[in-house]
Parts: sequence; C-alpha cells; structure tokens
Amino acid sequence: MAKQSKTLNLNFGPQHPATHGVLRLILELDGEVIESTNPHIGLLHRGTEKLIEHKTYIQALPYFDRLDYVAPMNQEHVFALAIENLLNLEIPIRAQYIRVMFCEIGRILNHILNVTTQALDVGALTPSLWGFEERETLMTFYERVSGSRLHANYFRVGGVSKDLPMGLTEDIEKFCNNFPKIINDIETLLTDNRIFKQRNVDIGIVTKQEALDHSFTGVMLRGSGVPWDLRKSQPYDCYENIDFKVPIGKNGDCYDRYLCRIAEMQESVKIIKYCLKNMPKGLIKTIDGKISPPKKSKLKNSMEALIHHFKLFTEGYRVDPGEIYSAVEAPQGEFGVFLISDGSNKPYKCKIRAPGFSHLQAMDYLMKGHMLADVPAVLGSLDIVFGEIDR
Amino acid sequence: MKTELNNLEKTVNSGLTTKIKSSGIKFNYLTIETEIEEIIEVILFLKTNEKCKFRQLTDITAVDYPRKEKRFKLVYLLLSHENNHRLIINSNIKEKTIVPSITKIFPSSNWMEREVFDMYGITFKDHPDLRRILTDYGFEGHPLRKDFPLTGYKEVRYSEDQKKVIYESVKLEQNYRNFDFESPWQGTKYIKDQIKDKK
Repeated sequence: MAKQSKTLNLNFGPQHPATHGVLRLILELDGEVIESTNPHIGLLHRGTEKLIEHKTYIQALPYFDRLDYVAPMNQEHVFALAIENLLNLEIPIRAQYIRVMFCEIGRILNHILNVTTQALDVGALTPSLWGFEERETLMTFYERVSGSRLHANYFRVGGVSKDLPMGLTEDIEKFCNNFPKIINDIETLLTDNRIFKQRNVDIGIVTKQEALDHSFTGVMLRGSGVPWDLRKSQPYDCYENIDFKVPIGKNGDCYDRYLCRIAEMQESVKIIKYCLKNMPKGLIKTIDGKISPPKKSKLKNSMEALIHHFKLFTEGYRVDPGEIYSAVEAPQGEFGVFLISDGSNKPYKCKIRAPGFSHLQAMDYLMKGHMLADVPAVLGSLDIVFGEIDR
Repeated sequence: MKTELNNLEKTVNSGLTTKIKSSGIKFNYLTIETEIEEIIEVILFLKTNEKCKFRQLTDITAVDYPRKEKRFKLVYLLLSHENNHRLIINSNIKEKTIVPSITKIFPSSNWMEREVFDMYGITFKDHPDLRRILTDYGFEGHPLRKDFPLTGYKEVRYSEDQKKVIYESVKLEQNYRNFDFESPWQGTKYIKDQIKDKK
C-alpha cells in the first residue's frame, strides 16, 4: 500500500493581530510544517495611484502619508524630491535639515513599532508598552510641527510647510538624550532573552544572493550582509554632510534584522542630534512664488501674492514634461516614485514602489520548511505595513 | 558619475548593438529603449555582464497612452549595487501584445508582473501564476487604464435584507468634478476649437 500524505490548508487572517494589517495567508501544512504559502493582498487597496493621476501635485502629497502610516513623512519626502528634481528646484538648507530630522524621527517611529510588535508576536508584552510611550512622544513632535499626529502633510515641494514652533528643538533634544536609555532598556528585555532568541535566531534566513534576487531593500538586505543604504550611496537632501554608520547583519535571520533595527535607531538619534546642532537659520521653503504659497500676512497688501495664492490653490503649478524615478531610504527599504509629467498640473502617471511589496512576495520562499509558529516571527521581521503594499 | 554613465552607455550599446533602439542619460540614470521580444536577452545581458551587474530588479510598471498605436509603455527599473547605477528599460507595445515574463531571471518580478496584468490588462507569457493581485476577488476591468473611470463601476454595501455584502453599480450624488485648468489667456477648450475653426 502506498503511503498517503495529507496536507492541510489553513486560512491565516485577514483579521489577525499578527498579520500587522489585513493580510490573508493560505498556508499548506504538513503536520505543523509549512509546505507553501500563498499571500492574498489588496484588501486595503484604495487606488492611490489612480487618485493621484486625478489630483494636482499639491493635492496629491497627502496621499503619501496614507501609504506607510507608521512613518508618514518619509513617504512625503520621496514625492517632494521627485517633483523638485523635475522642476530643478533648489531647497533652502534649513528646510533640508528639518526634513532629514523628521525622516529620522519617522525611522525611529517605525523601528520602535516593528521591534516591539515583533517581540509581541513571539510572546513578550512589555517592550511594546515601553516602546509605544516613546512613539507617543515622537508623534506629539509631529503634531506640534504639522498639527496632526499621523497624516502630517508637512513636507512641501521646495521645503516644508511651516517653521519649527518655539521650544520644539529643545524638546527633541531632550528626547534624544533620553531615548538611548530606553533602547537599552528594551534591549535588556530582548537581546539576550532566551525565549526571544529561540524564536528568532536561524529563522527566516536570507542569503545575500537571494536577497538580491527577491528585490529586498533596507534592513532585509542589510541584515544579509549587503552594505547598501540609499542615504549613503545616493544621498539626497543633506545626508551627504552627516556622518553615520550603516549597521549590517551577518546571518540574515530574524534576529540579525532585529539587531540592525536597534542599531539603526541609535544612529538615527545621532543624526537628529547632528541636525539640531547644525541647523542654520533661514528660509524653510523656496521663495519661488510659482511653487510655494505666499505668507498670509502678505495677502492683504500685495497684489502679486494674492494672484499667486489664488493660482496655486486652484490650478496648482505645472511641471515640465518628463519622467523620473526617485527613491529614498524609508525605514523599511527603498521607497520610490516613478513619475511621468505631461506638462499639465497633474501627474500623468505615478507609480509607487513600496519596499514591503517585494518583501511580502518572498513569504513563500522564506516560510518553506518552517513551523506554523514561525509565521508571526518572520512576518514581524519583514516589517510590513499594508498601507504601502496595497496602495 | 557622468563619465561612468557614459561608459555604461557605451558598454550597453556595444554589447547589445541592434537590440537597443535608443539610449540616453537623464537624472543620474541611463534610459534605454528596446523591442519587447528582446527583453529577456537584454535583461539577462544587463544582469550577467561583468561591467553592468544590474543584479536587482526594482520595479516593473506600465504607462497607458490610449491615443497611440502602441498603447502601452512597459517600464523596467534595474539597480546595480556594485556600480551604484540605475537603469530604466522602456518598451512600447500594442494593446494585445503578449509580453515574455522575466520570472526566470528575477523571481521578484512575479508579483510585479501580476500587478501590471491587474492594473493594465497586459498578459505575460510563461508566468507561473498570472492572477489579479490588488483588486477584489472577481473584479472586472483594469483600473489604471486611462479609460477606466476614477469612481469605478461597482460599489459594495451591507444589505440588511439579504444579510450579506452585495455589489451594486456606482450611484453618485454628485459627479466627480474635473475642472478645466487650461490657462484662460490661452483659451479654454471650446474657445481653442473656435480659433482653430477660424484658421
């Protein structure tokens, strides 16, 4: 008699806390071992790219907050950069520093969420409670500068929308002095923790070659030992002037990726401190009236300002015909925008390249031969946010 | 950077000769145009050639130009970590053209091609699993085509009578307002048409 093996199909998600959003996984199990994984995505698809084609460049920017809602400003950054490159626009230095500072705050926001929820997925509750307190502090910085905790809509083409309010720099500095201690606290809970290590070491190993083939970027790539960071290799804004290290993993497993993220947070704190120290005084957005709106106080006295204001908020500005791909190192990896302009005030095409999309795609290959209980651990270390994957 | 890119352009042009229809350098990356039938050879060359080393596929996307005879433009974005170069491959195709899949060269192209299929309706030959990816189960149409309306055709709601989620055609209280942003000094469309008629 032939030996019969039976596999079990298991539906994981879409409403499950360990899926970090709305992911539906169809798992094929042999006992507790996973034979194949079939992710179904698109449950959060909102048609962002289609919407952007119907909005002016100014109106399109807030959609980027809603992509990766864990680190919103990093997303705004890439759209602003793409248009600035197309327009060939100079950005005031103060604006560059402000942007870089908030991007690094975004990176910390993302990494805290990721590290602590990854711990939560494998059974440690405390780190998330400690981490979320810090996230709350960081989001109040977002709120103070833009008026909103999450969907900031703060970056603008040509700079940022408002200057930093009084006292914010001091508070950010206070946070920077305090935060390394919090990272250490979280590390004491996790880094040498026996259970955490058992759940993460040698789980979801990615070799260098496979990381390249599967289009991994960011920590997923660096965890496997490829020293690649767009902030270093293709620097944008003022990253050229800033000295920071790019942490690299050795084994490419979930644990190395966790260590990379912890180290990156420490580097981010250094970058923020550098920005605070070296931020010059001056303009925060370009003075080109065709691109950035005039001050409100000018509207009552200057005819030109009034016209600019009216034209900008009805018609918007036009971008010369052309196409561009620009990318930034978002917390999860390379976040890019491929933008085609036909010379009108709306983008003709805006393709958003989300890092999580290619990371999640590799689930099948990452999970093959692992146990069912490893699914949340690997998912956690992939660092996926459904806003950007489903777009 | 500029000279490096010029060298790269030379390497690509001499290595692929007739397969490259045109090439140019813009914004720190090289853009080449090729016929879609050659895409596999072109990408294989770029991936394996010692001077190119484009080992990573960043993205695949398409652009819709409904008025052109070759309606779609397929775009492949490649990245070389070793040389710190980016490269974009463009290829114009007709609406019904079947595109060779590059899943054998880059496994990550699997979902990217699925997305292009989902959004534009471009089919890929030899693709292991060409299904819709982002849109709903049982969705009809290809949303990113320019002739697909922004509001779509179907909307869902929970029906109290049938006790389940049902699909209905979209009913709008107010149509989407698509303003004419043409400069009034040059004339809006109907004035332009009048001027054209006079000429």
